[in-house]
Amino acid sequence: MDLFEYQAKELFARHGVPVPRGRVASTPEEARAVAAELRTPTVIKAQVKTGGRGKAGGVRPAPGPASAEVEAARVLGMDIKGLTALTVLVEQATVPLEEYYAAYLVDRAGGAFIAIVSAEGGMDIEEVAATRPDALVTTPVDPAVGMDGRSARLLASRAGLPADVQDAVADVLVRLWRVLVEEDALLVEVNPLAVTPDGRVLALDGKVTLDDNAAFRHGHDAFAEVPAAHGAAGLEARAKARGLNYVKLDGEVGVIGNGAGLVMSTLDVVAYAGQSSGGARPANFLDIGGGASAQVMADALEIVLSDPDVRAVLVNVFGGITACDAVAHGIVSALGMLGEHGVRHPIVVRLDGNSAEAGRAVLHAAGHPLVRVVATMDAAAELAASLAAA
Amino acid sequence: MAIFLTKDSKVLVQGMTGAEGARHTARMLAAGTEIVAGVTPGKGGRSVDFGERALPVFGSVAEATAATGAEVSVVFVPPRFTRDAVEEAVDAGVALCVVITEGVPVHDTIRFVARARASGTTRIIGPNCPGLISPGQSSAGIIPADITTAGRIGLVSKSGTLTYQLMYELRDVGFSTAVGIGGDPVIGTTHIDALEAFQADPGTEAIVMIGEIGGDAEERAAAYIEEHVTKPVVAYVAGFTAPEGKTMGHAGAIVSGSAGTAQAKKEALEKVGVRVGKTPSETARLMRALLGGSGRGGV
Ligand SMILES: Nc1ncnc2c1ncn2[C@@H]1O[C@H](COP(=O)(O)OP(=O)(O)OP(=O)(O)O)[C@@H](O)[C@H]1O
Ligand SMILES: [Mg+2]
Repeated sequence: MDLFEYQAKELFARHGVPVPRGRVASTPEEARAVAAELRTPTVIKAQVKTGGRGKAGGVRPAPGPASAEVEAARVLGMDIKGLTALTVLVEQATVPLEEYYAAYLVDRAGGAFIAIVSAEGGMDIEEVAATRPDALVTTPVDPAVGMDGRSARLLASRAGLPADVQDAVADVLVRLWRVLVEEDALLVEVNPLAVTPDGRVLALDGKVTLDDNAAFRHGHDAFAEVPAAHGAAGLEARAKARGLNYVKLDGEVGVIGNGAGLVMSTLDVVAYAGQSSGGARPANFLDIGGGASAQVMADALEIVLSDPDVRAVLVNVFGGITACDAVAHGIVSALGMLGEHGVRHPIVVRLDGNSAEAGRAVLHAAGHPLVRVVATMDAAAELAASLAAA
Repeated sequence: MAIFLTKDSKVLVQGMTGAEGARHTARMLAAGTEIVAGVTPGKGGRSVDFGERALPVFGSVAEATAATGAEVSVVFVPPRFTRDAVEEAVDAGVALCVVITEGVPVHDTIRFVARARASGTTRIIGPNCPGLISPGQSSAGIIPADITTAGRIGLVSKSGTLTYQLMYELRDVGFSTAVGIGGDPVIGTTHIDALEAFQADPGTEAIVMIGEIGGDAEERAAAYIEEHVTKPVVAYVAGFTAPEGKTMGHAGAIVSGSAGTAQAKKEALEKVGVRVGKTPSETARLMRALLGGSGRGGV
């Protein structure tokens, strides 16, 4: 789960990482009230889960409460890289004398966390990374040892930070490591890490990704977004509530399969089939996982069929542990549960592997008018794509 | 021949007394695996019946290995206890620890992978993986044994069901070993580790590598193949149509910016002479063609 900047800063503050004073607001009036409370010049910052907000005009100075209200009205509802700013962070403005960069992230290749520090932080960090990678100092962190004061100071000095801020930066690096470990984060990034005129080091921005697998040992529920009731987010939220792994895409062929890799592959095969027949594309990713019980199949079909864009459905199951006849029984009783109203589009089913023949026989015997049974993945994708385009 | 697991491997199952553990222990036994013990803390001294065989349960991996000589452990332990279970296996000195559990916190994986590396004795496969199978010999994990046969292809994949799909499509040619390395961002055994082992295995003639979007493991594998692999390799990459920034089922399967795309992976592999199939069935056809049209051809 990615956090909003204001949530990241909440975690930072809990671990003693210095951040500007501020609060989140969802209306211009609220922004004005926060600015009035702060009694300092402020910046109004769009809360969207992406970088480059400054460059998109989503970070605006507001010297007082009146301008905070005006700027918040401008930023609220703003679209940044396809995301809408529903809230703004109103925080104390500081004059950054220097802007550094600090991050911890998972290095998949090394199977470990790495720390990255640079003296050249700020809004152009991507360009620095691309053109002068040497300006970024990277080091693996031994998970058994962590980031202690000494290694942190060494890192700050290797990154070429001035001697008089190295201790303060090292202290922040140690605290950010605690954020990473104690909150089970996969990414902790501060850009910029600013030096103020009075010599303090402050996290002016924060990006944190928490590991959903570790949710059981944290009270991070408060960070979860209230799921939208409508549209793509509504479908995704409903699927999640039923324990299904669903991602809405923008095509017309609903896809249901078992296993993440096979479903990803099915999306590709549908898209290829669509290229040669009518341009149909996959409408979603839906992995029902190992066991395909009648209830799971009914939930999956119900979610996919309630997507108004879907014109045909492809069920692609490879029976490994799960026997295909059990899956077929699941489909038949799912169709029964959903009834005539629930099932109005053709459903192409491909069963292969363990007990595939028996599974196909079950579907044939049931004789549902909208169900078509096809032997191979390629042929099934072709049929589903052409039915969706018809 | 095979890699990592043969008919002589003595296997113990951590979490054998749980429902999943028991179910899959029975299946592994049916696949020919020499399972010698189960381990569940606090349940030492019991035994579990599997038809004509009763397997002893030990309270710790150290006791189990001392009593049975097991050198492979398969872990079916819930996510919150997985790190402890794996570290116990590492400390007991097992040579191979196969972590089937899905949903293990990444911090925990990083810790036990680091511990295994430092041990110098334990290879970890997984977590969040189907395990591995050397058909006709042994199975450590949940890969179905009856969808394929023993043969001369080595297979390595992040995805379970795609592994099954390819094993099934190429069932007439057969496999030396199929390894599911798991779809998490941090895993113990990589594509490269498996490629290295297949290259060295006299029983493996050709290799199928299955990748998916996210990270740069396939690109690194391509570089490795160019340098070190002389056996023919055919690859498949899933996720050409995946949108940026969305996690596609596997926590590791996410495209960020232009990094991690299926297209980039395909190009990197083709550049070093690996033939990449557009679909699983095309991948199987490429492998057949490569092996000189043996088998039935074009399933
Ligand atoms: N509280 C503040 N006071 C003064 N300037 C600020 C403050 N917060 C941010 N800024 C300035 O605005 C710039 C952009 O803000 P910020 O880094 O938070 O968003 P961003 O552009 O989305 O960042 P990135 O592209 O790194 O993700 C910063 O580099 C900094 O110069
Ligand atoms: Mg920033």
